[in-house]
Amino acid sequence: MSLTKTLLAGVALTALTGTAALAEPALIFDLGGKFDKSFNEAAYMGAKRWADETGGTYKELEMQSEAQREQALRRLAETGANPIVMTGFAFGDVLNQVAPDYPDTKFAIIDMVVEQPNVQSVVFTEEQGSYLAGIMAAMASKSGTVGFIGGMDIPLIHKFECGFAQGFKAAKPDGKVLINYTGTTPAAWNDPVKGGELAKAQISQGADVIYAAAGGTGIGILQAAADEGILSVGVDSNQNHLHPGKVLTSMVKRVDNAVYDAFKNGVEPGVKVLDLKAEGVDVAIDDNNKALVTPEMQAAVDEARAKIAGGEIAVHDYMTDNACPVQ
Amino acid sequence: MDLNTVLQILDSAVRLMTPLLLACLAGLYSERAGVFDIGLEGKMLMAAFSAATVAALTGNVWLGAMAGLLGALLLAAVHGIASITFRGNQLISGVAINFLASGLTVLLGQKIFGLGGRTPSLTPGAELETQVTPFRAWLSGTTGPDTAAALTATPRFGEITLPLAETLRGVPVIGPLYAEVISGHTILVYVAFLMVPLTWWVLYRTRFGLRLRAVGENPASVDTAGVSVTRLRFAAVAIAGLLCGLAGAYLATGLSAGFVKEMTAGRGFIALAALIFAKWRPWGALGATFLFGLLEAVANRYPNLDLGVITVPSMFMNALPYILTVIILAGFVGRAIPPRAGGEPYVKER
Repeated sequence: MSLTKTLLAGVALTALTGTAALAEPALIFDLGGKFDKSFNEAAYMGAKRWADETGGTYKELEMQSEAQREQALRRLAETGANPIVMTGFAFGDVLNQVAPDYPDTKFAIIDMVVEQPNVQSVVFTEEQGSYLAGIMAAMASKSGTVGFIGGMDIPLIHKFECGFAQGFKAAKPDGKVLINYTGTTPAAWNDPVKGGELAKAQISQGADVIYAAAGGTGIGILQAAADEGILSVGVDSNQNHLHPGKVLTSMVKRVDNAVYDAFKNGVEPGVKVLDLKAEGVDVAIDDNNKALVTPEMQAAVDEARAKIAGGEIAVHDYMTDNACPVQ
Repeated sequence: MDLNTVLQILDSAVRLMTPLLLACLAGLYSERAGVFDIGLEGKMLMAAFSAATVAALTGNVWLGAMAGLLGALLLAAVHGIASITFRGNQLISGVAINFLASGLTVLLGQKIFGLGGRTPSLTPGAELETQVTPFRAWLSGTTGPDTAAALTATPRFGEITLPLAETLRGVPVIGPLYAEVISGHTILVYVAFLMVPLTWWVLYRTRFGLRLRAVGENPASVDTAGVSVTRLRFAAVAIAGLLCGLAGAYLATGLSAGFVKEMTAGRGFIALAALIFAKWRPWGALGATFLFGLLEAVANRYPNLDLGVITVPSMFMNALPYILTVIILAGFVGRAIPPRAGGEPYVKER
């Protein structure tokens, strides 16, 4: 009897210390995969920065299929990970169901609003960053035609498209934006061959700057653009280095900052909007693309940035009404 | 729609159909010999990965292509041993190969390059240089620096301009057609197209082909004639592996520049649909894959195809190959009869 008691106490103690030791943050990557050179990789960079600075450890998990989402969330919540940060709109519905079951765990979701008392929703104003990219594309384009290639056909990616089109039209009202989407399933995030083919189709229609908002598919788009000698615009992470001198700029979305903040300062339930003013989005200019950015282009971008921050230019958000004012 | 647009769409269709055609012919050999093969996708993926990996490490696309063939052949051997030697279920073996390839490529890729399953981009640049340097140093020790530099300079298949393409461009219709659509592809495209008459000749004009077809219809009769069913089926599965290897190598080192996880994106399954559409015939395979490639090319060019009366969204165009296959299977347009002994392991009577 007493032996059993001791054993049970021991088990309980181990369980307790186990939980305490395991109260580390966790990060779940979406289907594009941790090293997509884009969205998920940005999240990884944020977590890595936190780990390097604090010497802490965190758990991470990479989704392999749609069916794993709920299981993964519950598994992490049950092992005591806190906070749990997940990248991607697709976690929205699942999180809405799972979050109430673990009231003591804090969750943060990027790119989606989930209204639960223990969830922080981090959203970016992609339309503003894309607007700046649109201005640069308009000024770099000689043919007056530019292209946009999205990954999966979802409202979030239309947000990029719409912002880009607005910026482009603001600088070149009579120009033309060609629009393609890779597909309607998650496979659309990982199809560089189709991405390259779409880019070639747009190039043959006269596009000379192509904006790729397509995760891993974007690698194929940037490649095709570099092969054909035109410019491209990367997305989410800074992709300028992939083809130095061939990538006009990248619309960076500071997912890394969002993850870093959540890990470092904890999660504050509610909606957190990272806009241009909060440096949540921007266009990347570094050594790889400096030669492509003319002083006029820089000036136009700076002006637009100031006007957006000051509220003089209101870039329309596609997701508010599922429509885009310019086409 | 002017002539130039038509030519560009045809050009795109040729590029898009090539992996489908190679995979479809691979399935044709295998299934005509009575071994169902739904592992085309996995073999292509494995080939794409091995081709990109070796091309990145050596800087030589030919070594890469060889590795691609080898990678696919290895998985074909697994399929053969599981479903021919051990008489396992061919469909299950195929599914297992798809899963195996999907996981193994990412795992190995991460181990070798640490880029999360992606291989370095196969374009001249810093990322590739660091990979190639050790091999180049070793090679220059054995062959001399000049040869080494030349051998490691082509990590990717280049586009071949066929003779007279520029001279003939002025000729109306045929000139641009030759210069735009027929010329200017990588060598693997021409290999794929040559495979069609070759396959026809092998299947219908050689003794091997006759036996191969017989073994898919009635293996017992082949066995009675004193020909080894096992050996024939293994040969067919190996040929399928090699063709998948070409398809994968084309994806990774011809069409794009490097491997990205799951980059086959369902092409192996579309090839299977094309095989049914083609009713298991080589020339049919050419037609079916061209049709599927053309549909994709048109969908790429016109996301919303305006036909005057109705607007066809690209989703419908992308689904059309599957819809057509179902229609064919349902028997509305002729009948698709698979090889009679397909899917059944052969057990010798005692």
